[in-house]
Amino acid sequence: MTLPHVDPLPFDPPYPQGAPGFSAGQTVRVRAGVAPGHVRTPWYLRGRTGVIERVCGAFANPEELAYNRDGLPARVLYRVRFSMDEVWGNGGTDTIDAEIFEHWLEAV
Amino acid sequence: MPHDHHDHDHLSPSGHPYRPDNDHPLTHWQTMEIAVREILIEKGITDAGTINAQVAAMDGRTPADGARVVARAWTDAEFKARLLADGSAACEEMGFPVDAMKLVVIENTPGVHNVVVCTLCSCYPRNILGLPPEWYKSRAYRSRTVKEPRKVLAEFGLELPDSTQIRVHDSTADMRYLVLPERPGGTDGWDADRLAAIVSRDSMIGTAVAEA
Repeated sequence: MTLPHVDPLPFDPPYPQGAPGFSAGQTVRVRAGVAPGHVRTPWYLRGRTGVIERVCGAFANPEELAYNRDGLPARVLYRVRFSMDEVWGNGGTDTIDAEIFEHWLEAV
Repeated sequence: MPHDHHDHDHLSPSGHPYRPDNDHPLTHWQTMEIAVREILIEKGITDAGTINAQVAAMDGRTPADGARVVARAWTDAEFKARLLADGSAACEEMGFPVDAMKLVVIENTPGVHNVVVCTLCSCYPRNILGLPPEWYKSRAYRSRTVKEPRKVLAEFGLELPDSTQIRVHDSTADMRYLVLPERPGGTDGWDADRLAAIVSRDSMIGTAVAEA
């Protein structure tokens, strides 16, 4: 299998607004964006498609807290489940769950 | 033989080599840590005793705390349900506050094995398991576990059949993870204290299973 090509694009400041209100079981794609700083979205998941495993709640944005800002508005954090095959293209049936903030997700 | 060191010129009277003194200059971040600590104390925001107490509290947390949580979940179905629904609240109930982070407890079941990693840094449920092992923070563990978990687990001595699905949990933000291992066979009638003794740190990270 060939993985989809990902062209990382810089985000225009301020942070992009995520589509609010994803729910468990919904399919989402991680934005293939590039942002400087204390980003909590791992590079290996950018542009990959997964399913919301659970909604974790809203948390002050650590990407802002890291620079002594207030981290507000709080961002909704999701646990998203990816298949190994989606991430690595290796046919694997094991899974990876990762926490991704709403502004890094888009509906598919 | 522990006393068979070859370089006899550098042995202490005990027969062990002398540990070298750390005479090198402070690194930038060591200097910064001391500077910030001293300023906080000078300004009365905290004091040396408080800082030392925090260090002692961190050193006092051990995997035995997590093992007690697991053993109770194995012996108390209602507690297990609360633990899986809200790990932080259930641990707090046992006197292990998880502080700012949220604890997610993930249950191993027949056919599903969970393992925890933090690819971005080294996030770890310190309030429940104490300080992480060195390998948990290594680049090799962090990068390989999300890509080839079966090989990594095999190197820990854990060979899982193909029929078992592995779920890797990348601890990327505000959640912390504790694996609830399967209760091993042959432990019928054991009380929680006896069960806690067989719950290893690694079985709660997911690089091992609990064995009687």
